[in-house]
Amino acid sequence: MLIKCPLCGPRDRREFYYYGSDDYLNRPGEAAPPSAWDDYLHNRDNPAGMTRDLWYHEMGCTSWLVVTRDTVTHDIHAVEPVAERGTTA
Amino acid sequence: MPELLAKSALGGRTLTVGKTTLAEASLGPLTSIALFPGQGAAVSAALGHPFPAPNTTSGPLIWTGRDQAFLMGQAPDLTGLAATTDQTGAWSALRLTGPDAEAALMRLVPLDLRLASFPPSTSARSGLNHMGLILVREAEGFLVLTFRSMAETAWHELETALQALAARAHL
Amino acid sequence: MRIDGKGLIDRTRPISFRFDGKSLMGCAGDTLASALMANGVKVVGRSFKYHRPRGILTAGSEEPNAMVEILEDGQQTPNTRATMQELFEGLSAQSQNRWPSLRWDLLSINDYAAPFLSAGFYYKTFMWPRAFWERVYEPMIRRAAGLGSLSGRHDEADYEKAYAFCDLLVIGAGPTGLMAALTAARAGADVILATEDSRLGGRLLSDETQIDNGAGIDWVEQVEAELRSLPNVRIMSRTTVTGAYDHGSFGALERVGLHVPHRPHLPRECFWRIRAAQAILATGALERPIAFPNNDRPGIMLAGAVQTYLNRYGTVPGQRVTLFANNDNARHVARQLMAAGVTVAAILDSRPDASVLEDCPVYLGATVTGTEGRHGLTSIEVAHAGGTLTLQTDCLAVSGGWNPTLHLTCHMNGRPTWREDIAAFVPTPGSVPNLTPAGAANGDFSTWACLIAGRDAAARVLGNLGKTADDTALPQAEDAPYRLTQLWAVDGKARAWLDFANDVTTKDVRLSAQEGFRSVEHMKRYTTQGMAPDQGKNSNIGALAVLADATGRAIPETGTTIYRPPYSPVSIASMGAGARGKGFAPQRFLTSHKASVDRNAPMIEAGMWYRPSYFPKPGETSWQQSCTREVNMVRSTVGVADVSTLGKIDLQGKDAARFLDFVYTNTFSTLPVGRVRYGLMLREDGHVLDDGTTARLAEHHFLMTTTTAAAGLVMRHLEFVHQAFCATWDVRFISVTESWAQFAVAGPKSRALLTSLLDHDPALPFMGMAPVTVQGVQSRLFRISFSGEEGYEIAVPTAYGEALFRDLVARAETLGGGPYGMEALNVLRIEKGFITHAEIHGRTTAFDIGMEKMVSAKKDCIGKAAATRPGMIGPDRQQLVGLKPLTDTQITAGAHLFAPSAKAVRVNDLGYVTSVCHSPTLNSYLGLGFLHNGRARIGEQVRLVDHLRKIDVLCEVRDPVFFDKTGEKLRA
Repeated sequence: MLIKCPLCGPRDRREFYYYGSDDYLNRPGEAAPPSAWDDYLHNRDNPAGMTRDLWYHEMGCTSWLVVTRDTVTHDIHAVEPVAERGTTA
Repeated sequence: MPELLAKSALGGRTLTVGKTTLAEASLGPLTSIALFPGQGAAVSAALGHPFPAPNTTSGPLIWTGRDQAFLMGQAPDLTGLAATTDQTGAWSALRLTGPDAEAALMRLVPLDLRLASFPPSTSARSGLNHMGLILVREAEGFLVLTFRSMAETAWHELETALQALAARAHL
Repeated sequence: MRIDGKGLIDRTRPISFRFDGKSLMGCAGDTLASALMANGVKVVGRSFKYHRPRGILTAGSEEPNAMVEILEDGQQTPNTRATMQELFEGLSAQSQNRWPSLRWDLLSINDYAAPFLSAGFYYKTFMWPRAFWERVYEPMIRRAAGLGSLSGRHDEADYEKAYAFCDLLVIGAGPTGLMAALTAARAGADVILATEDSRLGGRLLSDETQIDNGAGIDWVEQVEAELRSLPNVRIMSRTTVTGAYDHGSFGALERVGLHVPHRPHLPRECFWRIRAAQAILATGALERPIAFPNNDRPGIMLAGAVQTYLNRYGTVPGQRVTLFANNDNARHVARQLMAAGVTVAAILDSRPDASVLEDCPVYLGATVTGTEGRHGLTSIEVAHAGGTLTLQTDCLAVSGGWNPTLHLTCHMNGRPTWREDIAAFVPTPGSVPNLTPAGAANGDFSTWACLIAGRDAAARVLGNLGKTADDTALPQAEDAPYRLTQLWAVDGKARAWLDFANDVTTKDVRLSAQEGFRSVEHMKRYTTQGMAPDQGKNSNIGALAVLADATGRAIPETGTTIYRPPYSPVSIASMGAGARGKGFAPQRFLTSHKASVDRNAPMIEAGMWYRPSYFPKPGETSWQQSCTREVNMVRSTVGVADVSTLGKIDLQGKDAARFLDFVYTNTFSTLPVGRVRYGLMLREDGHVLDDGTTARLAEHHFLMTTTTAAAGLVMRHLEFVHQAFCATWDVRFISVTESWAQFAVAGPKSRALLTSLLDHDPALPFMGMAPVTVQGVQSRLFRISFSGEEGYEIAVPTAYGEALFRDLVARAETLGGGPYGMEALNVLRIEKGFITHAEIHGRTTAFDIGMEKMVSAKKDCIGKAAATRPGMIGPDRQQLVGLKPLTDTQITAGAHLFAPSAKAVRVNDLGYVTSVCHSPTLNSYLGLGFLHNGRARIGEQVRLVDHLRKIDVLCEVRDPVFFDKTGEKLRA
């Protein structure tokens, strides 16, 4: 498996740490209801097809990345840096 | 009072296998420079070298990550422009030179290190087997930086790779 | 028997080798199989289940029978294909799966018990009685059914792993692969040409095809010379591409040193990970047998293999050869044998309408209906269009047609397509992205067609690489049509083998269908067909055809199993190359390592770090003695310990304090410069991630410490929080763990020690920090304690670590102290109720460890929302407590807690023990653990039970801080 890190270029899967769905990026506010936190922390889709998940280029530039890939074909469609979403807590 | 004695991880060890040499290098001071947002130009000006692009070196600067580089040398005052830390003792530096250098590293590093893909002045943040790695292609061979505590393992891995290559050469 | 004038072996270089202890001679260029054949050896192994004598079937890696053990330096490598093992001086091999000898194998009794050993016999037979499963049936089956054996010793040999990159990977070096590699190389592409064989040429080494009116082998050598002269070509011979993986990755196994006697440092094998932008699959085709009664006797071989042994190795397996085939292609074999002076007893062509051209008896519409000869074929029964006959023959060359070697196209879930005209599956286009099958692997069987396919595939691939093919001229070669009529099995009373390696017959497949296992996947599992080391290379299509017949379906309708990696077996040793001893995981050494070893400290692994366990003094005979002395030493004078393993993260920037407030439960923005604060970090799900101290070095500069175990984890977490939630904040952080060597100096005399050491004593308050100089070296001093005593940690740049450690220990010794190790460190912290990852193991909340008040109500932080949810707090939680046995009894971590009167069973479980020690300070065993509603039970008694170690003792529930609860000593 090869992930094209936006900074480092195409890199072997072994340089990356896999985290999970990019749902983790949508942190509910402090005042959000428990159901929002429940969804955020625990509820995930498991699609056959397109997913967006988080990978950390741990043995590389330390970028967190959103990788859009197809779990059926294993094609990777996009790799985007998490930091460039520009959101703040 | 006596001065404290400074020691490198491998005591300046050197090994030649065939025509390829592995040697602990002494780089002098090593400083990490991490840009504060929007300060790239100011830092480049202060350092007298452009801040290196990913996977490259720029003068004494080696790119080491997101908006981060290592300076081989003491940094000027960059207060407000960049975060700096002393990394001098944190890394063990090895130089690998000779005809088997590339092949030996390509047993341990999952990167295309062939000259055309990884020419001099290229750098990479990657792994040397299980270890974090900063790799630089120099005019003559490679500069290999791993965490100091792991220097013995890095040495062992490279020594093993060189010995296997030498044994293959005699087939 | 050798044939004069034939073969590519070097007869001027004789090689001696041993087989089953007997000394034999071969030639350079031989395989073990060809050398055994030249020596007239017919039986080379016993079959898996029935222990039938077996001979060589093939000349390649698909060999199902001729598997042997290679002996070397007391090691034995089982299941080595004799057809792939190149001969070298001193090679020693032995047959396997037989006892006491290959000729007299007692377990051949299984062959007579065959009616009871049909497909699924173990599912049916060994149902009852239950008590026999483990004690009788399993050992019995294991002894009887098995292949090679191991030496039982560690494999100390060298293996290698490596990476390679190319524009184009050409897999296979026959006419297709050579033509493809040549075309691509001339156009300037970076090419890797990989072949399983020891030399280039593929079938051209076997079939005497003419190219450009010269010998095929001459053309091969000419192409090889050109390829070797090009800097953009890398030829990898003895390299099997074993798997096709995502994004242009291929696995390949190179046999580096298996063809020469053992040499130091020479790897036996190398496992390659190859990244290729494009690949061409030019793996050729595998010939398939025909199932007929007793078709497994030594001397019955594939026709193409007979051809290989004749033309490449100059040897034939018999004096009177018979050919049994259903296609034109195979009839070359008979002609070449006759041309070489070998008697061909007859040609048996199953097709009634085939031609009769050869100068030997040719029977049309012919099938083999029976064979004789237990240790080697002696005669066959033939039925043909004109009647029946018995033929005296000692070698039967069989061809049932050819199957494209398309295995790699299935590795990413591709399913092959049936082509009726060649009665074979061919690759489905696009099965593996950027992999182009060509030549025989794609169903084109003539040499001319292969050459064209190789060139055209390369031209296409070059287009994808943005390069253009030169006008490479095609050499001339034969273009004979491939004509065959399907013939899969010949009926008869006796068993007809499909899968030689797993002893599966046509009857087994029919039985499977009859018993309802009609899907090919079910049949495979029921009969074990295709599950032997050859992975069905010789039997899959035949078995499928028999299943189709038995179920009244066509072959494509019946389906096919798909092939998974690896194409041929890969040793685990090669995949794990180097991961042994020092190479298993990085070894992390402290700067004080040598100083500790000099003091005879046993070094123990803590994660990847090696840390001193204790520092034995003369006369001390157990770790406990040394540990107790070291604890008392710290409590009474001063001790020195290397704590450099703790993670250190340097944080800088105008938003650094704000960032810390967000990742820690408690507040850091209020921490004054020069002070240190303990911090608790949660995961977003409310459980404790890590704890540690953070110092404020300057207004916008902090130094965080993490536990040793979680250093990497915390760094990853901080990067996530920063990049995901506050990327625009002005904060940067980097690990400085290895920049500093840090030593704890603890005990009532710690201050005295430091006063003598430091150039200037900053007189720190508890939880203070200051930059200091040690003999002129810029250092940092922190007044923090993990022991409960007045304590400091002093950090120097790593290069000075060893010198400072030796200096500190020497100074401590003059004060009656000395170094202490991990054991004492652990006792000291348990006495003081300090937690480690034994307690914050991933399932504990801030509430559980009594720190819920550290979750600030005034600000948000990671984990705050979840930490206050119902179920994460309250009396139903198991809470941290101290445990002290009522009697002087050893207690253990991992023991469970119960009410004193309750039975010690799971449903009564109230908690568990996480850490224990023998405390010299309290003169008792002490434990930390988690107890249901524990804080409310302080003062009560619980029953501590360790079923494994037979411990059952009543304990008093205590506050976790056993020692100096008010912290007077810390602040002294």
